[in-house]
Amino acid sequence: MNEKAPWWVGILGWGTAFVIFLPILIIAITAFKTEQDAYSLSLLFKPTLQSFNEVFERSHYLGFVSNSVYVSLGSTIASLALAVPAAYSLAFFPGKRAQKILLWMLSTKMMPAVGVLIPIYLLAKTTLLLDSITGLIIIYTLINLPIAVWMAFTYFNEVPKEILEAARIDGANAWQEMLHLLLPTALPGLASTALLLVIFSWNEAFWSLNLSSVNAAPLTVFIASYSNPEGLFWAKLSAASLLAIAPILVLGWLAQKQLVRGMTFGAVK
Amino acid sequence: MTQQVLNATVAPLPPGETLTPAAQPRSKLPLASLMLTPSVAVLFLWMLVPLLMTLYFSAIRYNLLNPDQTGFVGIDNYRYLLEDPAFWPAVGHTLTLIGSVLGISVVGGLLLGVLFDQPFAGRGIARLLVIAPFFVMPTVSALIWKNMILHPVYGLWANIFRAIGLQPIDWLAQYPMWSVIVIVSWQWLPFAFLILLTALQSLDQEQKEAAQLDGAGPIRIFVYITLPHLSRAIAVVVMIETIFLLSIFAEIFTSTAGGPGTETTTLTWLIYSIGLQQFDIGIASAGGVIAVVLANVVSFFLVRMLSKNLKGEYEK
Repeated sequence: MNEKAPWWVGILGWGTAFVIFLPILIIAITAFKTEQDAYSLSLLFKPTLQSFNEVFERSHYLGFVSNSVYVSLGSTIASLALAVPAAYSLAFFPGKRAQKILLWMLSTKMMPAVGVLIPIYLLAKTTLLLDSITGLIIIYTLINLPIAVWMAFTYFNEVPKEILEAARIDGANAWQEMLHLLLPTALPGLASTALLLVIFSWNEAFWSLNLSSVNAAPLTVFIASYSNPEGLFWAKLSAASLLAIAPILVLGWLAQKQLVRGMTFGAVK
Repeated sequence: MTQQVLNATVAPLPPGETLTPAAQPRSKLPLASLMLTPSVAVLFLWMLVPLLMTLYFSAIRYNLLNPDQTGFVGIDNYRYLLEDPAFWPAVGHTLTLIGSVLGISVVGGLLLGVLFDQPFAGRGIARLLVIAPFFVMPTVSALIWKNMILHPVYGLWANIFRAIGLQPIDWLAQYPMWSVIVIVSWQWLPFAFLILLTALQSLDQEQKEAAQLDGAGPIRIFVYITLPHLSRAIAVVVMIETIFLLSIFAEIFTSTAGGPGTETTTLTWLIYSIGLQQFDIGIASAGGVIAVVLANVVSFFLVRMLSKNLKGEYEK
């Protein structure tokens, strides 16, 4: 069963991979062309960084980048700060309702965002959080919190019981246990949880499009502004898009296993 | 209701066993509930407050452009929305979009999963290429497709069509719904693929080998061994994608803006345009309530279908 697949399977696999990846490949190539060359699909051209320079000069590109960074990191830190203690409590001091609480937390993800769009918009408007980074951080924290709790919980659950028992016999209290034992053991897991949360917040586009316009607009909103005729400046569009997706693409590739776990709530491993 | 969805999603718990085998509970410390409370509290507020507000707004007259018109109107907002000529088509478009993307991503994901389960050279790298679209932000994918691939003059397809002597097609104008479906599928097929491939790779090889020894061909093995093994993963993909697809917004915002006419106006887009473009909060909220109900109806049928599958699996 384990010998190599026939050659045509390889061709088929690589062929499909190429077709699916093609749109990304196109912008990755076009980003290094001049506007004049951009419309031809030819691969014969002199690579230039001109479009990148123009993107940086003409728009407040760095402003959008830093909004994306603030919002992603801010919401990730906030989600983890809320989720880690909760997951710790659920994993190591489970009350009778621990399982119900976990399931209920996930059920909040099942609500369609559009069902609460109007009240959230109005609440943000009255509290002056509309088009503010704080507002987006709050929303992203809330939508990511269930995933964060769930993932942290599954990682805590994998910490070997024996270590904990040994520590307890030696008289460690709950804080010592958490700081010196659990966090170090579960740290790789928590790191991948953080990775996943950053990816989700970076790419989130429902709330960012609806709740931000100028001051707090992250990259998702900036790129959407290219949907006007300006989007036909392909080289610039490609350069801006490539910068927006490249870092997350790399993180995503690193996190592919955790993604399966995080998005299926552990049902598929 | 949602509880049922989750019970099915998080199913692999044998009855009688709790989720928490890691440690024997000590006496429940106040510290433990102190650590749990903030998360529960914020999620509770997040769950309850906006939903109650949506319900309340849906029963009053509330238009930001006419602030002096107020008052309780009962079900008038719902009636008005249901009589809106764009409403039923919007529900139809939503279901078409969800159904098509689910079909494409599950079937395509299965085929790709089986393909990538074969040990061909460099499949690890090829796999990275296949899952890449899932990590592209929705506004970028919509724009790449709109401007560079489906564009009637300069797009990749227009070039291909001209090269083989055909008239290029203006995809977004002539087949707007299909264009949106293709864009969204491009993002979600990789997700389905990744989940299904992971599930495929956890399949017990010995079972397959035994079936082979008994003379079963590859198709019979797939139908009788592989597919049943994948049923939970498929269920998970269908449920998760349904929830996300119901709120698809950025792709439509960036590519078609609900048009041409109302041809790609989904329920989400309709609520957005009534609420945040025409500022009729009351009617948009009625739409929001309908969306929540629809989400629950969809998941209810899914759960019934799936729980049968899952039950069969447990009785073995």
